Order: sequence, then C-alpha cells, then structure tokens
Amino acid sequence: MLITELKPRETIVSLVDGKKAFIINCQGCKEVHFPEKEATELQKELTADGNVTGILTTDYICNPENMKLRLEKHKSEIEAADVVLVFSCGVGVQTVAEYLEDKKVCAACDTYPMPGFQGVTPLEYKCDQCGECYLNLTGGICPITACSKSLVNGQCGGSKNGKCEVDSDMECGWERIYRRLAQLGRLDALKCPTQIRNYATDDEVSK
Amino acid sequence: MKITKAFERGEFVVTAEVGPPKGCHIENVVEEAKTYLSGITAVNVTDNQSSVMRLGSLATCKVLKDAGLNPIFQLTCRDRNRIALQSDLLSAAMLGIENLLLLTGDHTKMGDHPQAKPVFDLDSVSLIHTVKKLEEGEDLGGNKLVGEPPQFAKGAVVSPCSDSVDAQLAKMERKVAAGCDYFQTQAVFEPEKFIKFMEKAKQFGKPVQVGIIIPKSAGMAKFMNNNVAGVHVPDEMIEELKADKEKTKAGITGVEIAARIIKACRPYCQGVHIMALGWESKVPELLKQAGI
Repeated sequence: MLITELKPRETIVSLVDGKKAFIINCQGCKEVHFPEKEATELQKELTADGNVTGILTTDYICNPENMKLRLEKHKSEIEAADVVLVFSCGVGVQTVAEYLEDKKVCAACDTYPMPGFQGVTPLEYKCDQCGECYLNLTGGICPITACSKSLVNGQCGGSKNGKCEVDSDMECGWERIYRRLAQLGRLDALKCPTQIRNYATDDEVSK
Repeated sequence: MKITKAFERGEFVVTAEVGPPKGCHIENVVEEAKTYLSGITAVNVTDNQSSVMRLGSLATCKVLKDAGLNPIFQLTCRDRNRIALQSDLLSAAMLGIENLLLLTGDHTKMGDHPQAKPVFDLDSVSLIHTVKKLEEGEDLGGNKLVGEPPQFAKGAVVSPCSDSVDAQLAKMERKVAAGCDYFQTQAVFEPEKFIKFMEKAKQFGKPVQVGIIIPKSAGMAKFMNNNVAGVHVPDEMIEELKADKEKTKAGITGVEIAARIIKACRPYCQGVHIMALGWESKVPELLKQAGI
C-alpha cells in the first residue's frame, strides 16, 4: 500500500505559476490511497482562476498503453497547456513524463509507503515512496531510484560512457536528468537551492 | 595553513595525495611524506579510497600535521550520516586541521566490502552546505554550536574530461553556490579537454588544481581507460609507455608524460594536485621537470 498526499498548496500553485495547466488524476488503484477530496477542491480553485485547459480523471496511468489511449482524447487540451500536473504516485508521474517528453510534467503529490503489502507496480519506473517527491526538479526522472547513490544535487564523478560506476548496464540517472532538462529548456532547475533529504517524512503523514 | 591563503597570494599551488595503509602502522607513510612532500603547499589524505577499508583519514591528518606537513582532510559521504560527518568536522577543527576536500565518495560496491550499507545521507553539495553552516555557528539541525565556530578551506572535486562534462559543470556550479572555495580535478591526460573545460569553469571564479596521475605502465593506462570514470589515456601515450619497458618501469616515461601535461595545463589553472598512487618518491623530480 502507498499513500499519496497533496504537496503543500503553495507548491502546487507555484508549479502552475499563472500559466495553463492540464490536470491528470489517477484514481481507482486499490494499492494507493488518493486524496480525492483535497485534490478536487484545489482543482476547482485552479479552474476558477481560468488556468486549467482540461482535467482527466482515470486509473492506472502507470500502464503506458492505457495511459496513451486516455491521453489521446485530450491531445488538444494537453497541447494548450504549459504544464501537466499529475496527481498520482511517483510511478504515474514518471510514466507520463516519459511519454510527454517535450512537456513540463509535474508531481502534485508526495508518495509515502504503508507497512505491509506493497502495490505491484507493473513497470520499470520506480518510486521509492520517499515522501518528498523530487520529480519537479529533475524533469520527471526520479533521482532516488535512477541514481545508485540516490543523489539529489547532481551527478557524481562515477559515470563512464554514460553508465553508472556500480552497474555498467545502468544508465547514469543524472545524465538522463541533465539530457531531459536540456531538452525541456529547463536547465535552470539545476540551480535550485541545495537539497537535503528528509528521512523523517513518516512523521509528516500523521500531521 | 589554509590552502586558500596560497591561492590568494597567487601561487601555483601544489598538493599531493597520500593513502593511509590497511593497518595501524603509519611510520612509513609519515617518513615518505616528510622526505618527498614537505616542500609542497598541502597533502591530501584519502578517506577509505575506492571504498577500500583503511586507517582513518582524520587520524592520519593529525599525525602528518604533527610531523610538520599541512594536511587536507578528505571526507566522503559514503560511510557516515550527517551526525557522524559533522562530528568528524568538529573533531578536525579541534585538532587544528584547516583544509577539507568534500566528496560524495565511491559506491560501497566498488571496494573490498561490497556487502556494506552505502550511506549517502548527504552528498558533496549538501556536505559543503553543512560545513558552511558549522562555520556560521550552527549545525544542520539548526542548533547553536558552543564557542567560536570552526573555519575551513572547503575544497571539492570535478571531472573535467568526463564524457558528461556539461552535467559536471552544472554540479560544479552547485558546489560553488553551496560555498566551495577551491577545486581539485580528476586525473587529466588530455590537456586540450581540460583547457576547454577551464574556459567554461573560469566563470565560477574559484581556483582549480589540475589532477595528475603519473602513469606507471601501459597496462595501468588501459586499466584506467576501462575502469576509471572521467579518465582517458590517449593511444599515443600508451604507445609511449610501451616503447621502452625499462624506462617506463623506472618511472622515467611516466614522469615525462605527467610533466608535459602539467606544463600544458598550467597557464589555464591555479595549481596542480598529484595523485602519486605509491610513487610519492617521484614527486620532486616531476615538479622539477614541470618547472615548478
């Protein structure tokens, strides 16, 4: 089981930043608790401000085939948006970011683990349920799972020919992040303040 | 003495690295350092280099300091969480160690204890940020330090010949923003790549020491090409090492090559950092041939 919680209201508003947003809600997954009420309220606010080009509420966006079919119907709304705001677990955000490779895709939620049985995510995109989703700083590629050292401030010196020092079959996660941000024209995201992991995020859930 | 003082004076700053032994006897390391490295600005002491367990960096720094050398305490994030890192930084200050080189560190899987838990609670950037906070009298948890806060020269590394040099430059910029005072680089065998790198790196306004490894053999060069990130020894250098095996074995060829690289890079940087890897005895001759 996992829990998704909305990021702070001001974080989500700053992601939209007065621009046009397309919203994707992923609901219906048995393994994930989704903050439906809070998400709906916030999305109403954003819609009232005239910033929303469309809302798609669906399930299992972590399945690319399923997700592509659903997104196809909203093509023009997505094209009209500057940012795609995804309300889902970290796996869902990464699947959408990979598919919409030229779009700024942002996570509106943080994902936390719940003890016990963990949802079977069908794909290679991994979410560590760290509770402080970094995907908005890294072009939708998770530095926690894509980097062997889970570094959050950039590439170490251990990448050779684009591969990780630990596993020569694994692409360097930070090289992927750098390429993606360059492609999106978002290299400025690397100039964010020094990031420091918070291993006490479990406490945040109960607050 | 803080190494930053030497940069401020405009010196071409020379440092070299020593690796603590796997064991608790350090007499040989101290003797070698005193004999061959006493004339240079500072001596780096590696921190369980390549994730191989050895005698501690901080203790070795203290012994070298007592022997009259100026140590640089290398500190990696691989083996300690933020509490242990800060504690060791305070210990370093108490022991009069003034220079730091702050690194993320190789992964545990690269070393002789691949079963060990890799920590990486902080990384090189957040470690620099942490030192800066300590210098301002506060720890990372926001708690006040008792008494005068520590002051260090904060160094970091960058890999100028990496095949992802743009990502390296982006990381370098983050290190500067976090408060890094100077840089030492991964070993350079391709001066033209280093010069190109420096054209972009000079915008950060921080001194950079070019990293130098004395190549010991063609085999070592090939090994580095296949296994060491950010290092590439060009084919013609490998041929040079192959040409006269006796000369190479004696270290003459390696020193000639290294001296040539230093000369080519010198106009573009502020110092040189020599990773002698056991060939500390060749350092004086290398510096002589490089004209330093």
